[in-house]
Amino acid sequence: MKAIEASNLRKTYKGGVRALDGLSLEVETGSIFGLLGPNGAGKSTTVKILTTLSLADSGEARLAGLDVVRDAGRVRRSIGVVGQKAGLDPDATGRENLEMQAEIYGIRGGARRERVDELLERLGLAEAGGRLAKTYSGGMQRRLDVALGLVHRPKVLFLDEPTTGLDPEARTELWREIERLAREEEMTILLTTHYLEEADRLAARLVIVDRGRVVAEGSPDELKSDLRGDTVQVELVESSNGDAVGAVERLPGVSELTVDGRLLRARVDSGAAAIPSVISALEQGGLRVASATVARPSLDDVYLRHAGRSFQQADTDTKEAA
Amino acid sequence: MTAFRHTWQVALRYIRALLRQPAWVGISLVQPVIWLLLFGALFKRTADIPGFSSGSYIEFLTPGVVVMLAVSSAGWVGMGFIEDINRGTMDRLLVSPIWRGALNLGSVAQSVLSIAIQSVIVVGLSLAVGAHFHNGVAGVAVLVAVAGLLGAVFASLSNGVAVLTRQRETLIGIVTMVTLPLTFLSSALMQQSLLPGWIRWVARCNPVNWAAEAGRSAAAAHADWGLIASRTSFLALLLLVSAAFATRAFNAYQRSI
Repeated sequence: MKAIEASNLRKTYKGGVRALDGLSLEVETGSIFGLLGPNGAGKSTTVKILTTLSLADSGEARLAGLDVVRDAGRVRRSIGVVGQKAGLDPDATGRENLEMQAEIYGIRGGARRERVDELLERLGLAEAGGRLAKTYSGGMQRRLDVALGLVHRPKVLFLDEPTTGLDPEARTELWREIERLAREEEMTILLTTHYLEEADRLAARLVIVDRGRVVAEGSPDELKSDLRGDTVQVELVESSNGDAVGAVERLPGVSELTVDGRLLRARVDSGAAAIPSVISALEQGGLRVASATVARPSLDDVYLRHAGRSFQQADTDTKEAA
Repeated sequence: MTAFRHTWQVALRYIRALLRQPAWVGISLVQPVIWLLLFGALFKRTADIPGFSSGSYIEFLTPGVVVMLAVSSAGWVGMGFIEDINRGTMDRLLVSPIWRGALNLGSVAQSVLSIAIQSVIVVGLSLAVGAHFHNGVAGVAVLVAVAGLLGAVFASLSNGVAVLTRQRETLIGIVTMVTLPLTFLSSALMQQSLLPGWIRWVARCNPVNWAAEAGRSAAAAHADWGLIASRTSFLALLLLVSAAFATRAFNAYQRSI
């Protein structure tokens, strides 16, 4: 049985904003699954529907075979959710936050004390457990949020943009914790992120979401190797001119050429073989090359290919629309 | 049993948060005292009006102030919900198997508890300045219970509006617009028989007036237990409706997010 199945989810918010436009996905039990996309792509809406918080206009979603609308009660018992916004109560201590969460799931008495101690210890909050959560650093608050999602040992854990707003150190630490959870607790984890490197590092499989639908699906490596060849990036000494760029574009095996000031990017079949001819084409056109690099395809390239725009561009578009 | 446990957990959370704000505790204790003394002094001569049946105005006023403080303090309860929604705490609770009714009832329980404490302080102060409560502890207990019931109704309404609007400003507007007129269109500050005819007529369907009537009767020399019972059951019925409204409001919230 799949841990999560969603088919053809659609949702339009009041005011006509279409958040989901026929999104479908399947997640295998016991894996980390990534939902990658720019802001406003529909990731959070998907999580809200899968976690019974929000209702889809149409479409179906099941968790471990249970319908998220009809069996909402049972679904809620088997999932843990770490939302994009902090769910913790800032006016309670870390321990009190966890105790209340445990009580809600019917964990009481000695079992409650044991579980709370264990989680505080495990997430590095043992010493801070007696302090009010509002005095915690951003990283500590996020860890307490994760602990709150884990109290009842859920089968499926949802992490909605778990590392947004964290400094690099806190982010790396949380990544390690997520990897440990997936490995040791055999938990299915669905993670949404708009950080390409986060999906690349954590997710065994991922879908790329754009404008409310899935535009690509696979493991990070599969997605990257679907893009044949490498990316060549050339930095020029002075700004480019049209003729020389045209000459590069006509070279065999070169595609998807983009120019940004003194920076040229292109997809080539084989980076090492293409570099000499690219450089000579540019120099014949009178352009001196400052540096040239070859890179294996990144998820950024995968995104560009499937969504038809670069990741940064999509993020900016969404912000401007909002 | 689960319903009770969940309600207690929610109540515990709000009570703890309140106790951690010493300023709030201080203000909420001082406010009703100021009302009692200020209104008591301002309208002292009311007792001289022909037809005024109570001994002193402050004795008459005490149940009225208790009812007023119940309405005014319960009206703001929804602010806590708006904060919880904005912070994400409410979403965390809504994806858990918590009994939906506990979210409102827990917050209501906290509100009723603080109303009860405030009421007892007002009664104590009133006794200290010479008022009499003719039915002793039983009368005072009924007064506090009626105030708590009225507070529970308004706290539920406030929570429901908070969930539906999710806007601080809207809630402030609605609470101000509703509570003050309801207080003045009742016998909280003035004897029913001395009210203008149209206000007396409006007051008949005003829950604040039901509480004022019942509370005052419980403290008076000849308590009318029939009236107390009928007004209390009106309030209890209204509480059922308003608590159902507050709990149902979450369905609308979940459709809108």
